[in-house]
Amino acid sequence: MDWQIIIDTLPKFLEGTVLTIQITVISVAIGLVLALPLALLRLSSNPLLWAPVYGFVFFFRGTPLLVQLFLIYYGSGQFRDSFEAAGLWFLFRDPWFCGVLALTLNTAAYTSEILRGGILAVPHGEIEAGRATGMSGLLLYRRIILPKAVRLAFPAYTNEVIFLLQATSLVSLITLMDITGVAARTAARSFDYYELYLTAAAFYLVIVLGLQYIFKRFEWRVSGHLRARPEDRPGAAAAPAQGPAPR
Amino acid sequence: MTQAQTALVVEDIHKSFGSLEVLKGLSLSAHQGDVIAMIGSSGSGKSTFLRCINLLEIPDSGRVSLDGEEIRMTKNRRGETVPADRKQVDRIRSRLAMVFQSFNLWTHMTVLENVIEAPIHVQRKPRRQAIEHAKELLHKVGIGDRLDYYPAHLSGGQQQRAAIARALAMEPEVMLFDEPTSALDPELVGEVLRVMRQLADEGRTMIIVTHEMGFAREVASEVLFLHQGRVEERGPPAKVFGNPSSERCRQFLASNL
Repeated sequence: MDWQIIIDTLPKFLEGTVLTIQITVISVAIGLVLALPLALLRLSSNPLLWAPVYGFVFFFRGTPLLVQLFLIYYGSGQFRDSFEAAGLWFLFRDPWFCGVLALTLNTAAYTSEILRGGILAVPHGEIEAGRATGMSGLLLYRRIILPKAVRLAFPAYTNEVIFLLQATSLVSLITLMDITGVAARTAARSFDYYELYLTAAAFYLVIVLGLQYIFKRFEWRVSGHLRARPEDRPGAAAAPAQGPAPR
Repeated sequence: MTQAQTALVVEDIHKSFGSLEVLKGLSLSAHQGDVIAMIGSSGSGKSTFLRCINLLEIPDSGRVSLDGEEIRMTKNRRGETVPADRKQVDRIRSRLAMVFQSFNLWTHMTVLENVIEAPIHVQRKPRRQAIEHAKELLHKVGIGDRLDYYPAHLSGGQQQRAAIARALAMEPEVMLFDEPTSALDPELVGEVLRVMRQLADEGRTMIIVTHEMGFAREVASEVLFLHQGRVEERGPPAKVFGNPSSERCRQFLASNL
């Protein structure tokens, strides 16, 4: 084990980590914002609304992310003239933009399906109870359906975020110096593959630990209804006595 | 019997599911303070009829009006009957609170949050006022010490009483009860019926689908016996229970009392 090469490369790995986190956060954020309307359109009964979304999701789930990435980055180069005419070439010649675009569209497709599943799993009776009080449309979605759907979809969504983090390593193939990019570029020169990829793996693990912590905090906050009753929890004896005895 | 006192009028409701006609022209009218109990064997259409009143089930034909305001209906392109004005339906629903057989509390909200939800977001009441009112109501139904509990942490009877408080919080003109005690263990039925009896005593207008014959007999001002989508027998409880003219009603009561 050559420790020196690891120590020497650490500053570059830190830079790569910043890029990896940046790409992950931006793709996840925009993907999530896109996923909600996509899920709602997909649930529409109007084929003009759901069919395009179905096609979009089918493509992005049905093809490898690497193919999507190459299509956008290298594929756009073949149509350079058209992109220049549209004034978009400055975006598509930039690997960072192409990487974020591919990851964003990919996670939007997956997340919309996760959300759709959550929405469909909201108990019918609870929606009906909302309707019976005079809620409908946006209000019903905002107050009853989505808060519930998000709770139901959350565990699956945390998986998607972690998958996406790992998938960002693909952007190293279009010249970006993310964590994997740094390992690949450095190892190509020094042949210390073992040391460098192990270091890269450690960086990903640390990021995942951080993500897990954030997910856990959020899940705890929104899942009070899934935990034991206050008086049934360990240490509940200290709680002040209330009217009727707990059953 | 003046027009002003008539709270709810439902006329000639027809409803089919596919080729099965489940409601064959049902009507009822409730004056303020009336407690109308609907009884009948399962499949007689009583729950469907109740659900047609607040349009959770859209009747194929018929009229529903609350305080003289009729819910306007129209036909869509496929020839199905649909509400002409969704906003009107929402508005009328908010004045017709419903209590469900399976409670249908919002399980991710605490009891208090369940009760203040619609007053704040549908009726746009100030939050503080909604909370105060909710606390009063939860005390009234006997679970004032369970405000911060989630529904899953309550017994079935407590959940149904929370659901009744949620319905009361809307200050409805008419309350619809869809077999409110049918999902409860026998020993929990009493606590829910006690709350409902109290509401009846206060003069609330209630339409109740129920299998609790004793309750219907004592509390209702009018009893409807439904059979195969028709009202087979109707009248004051003394008559329906004591001296029914329909043979089917007689049989039903004999096997259910």
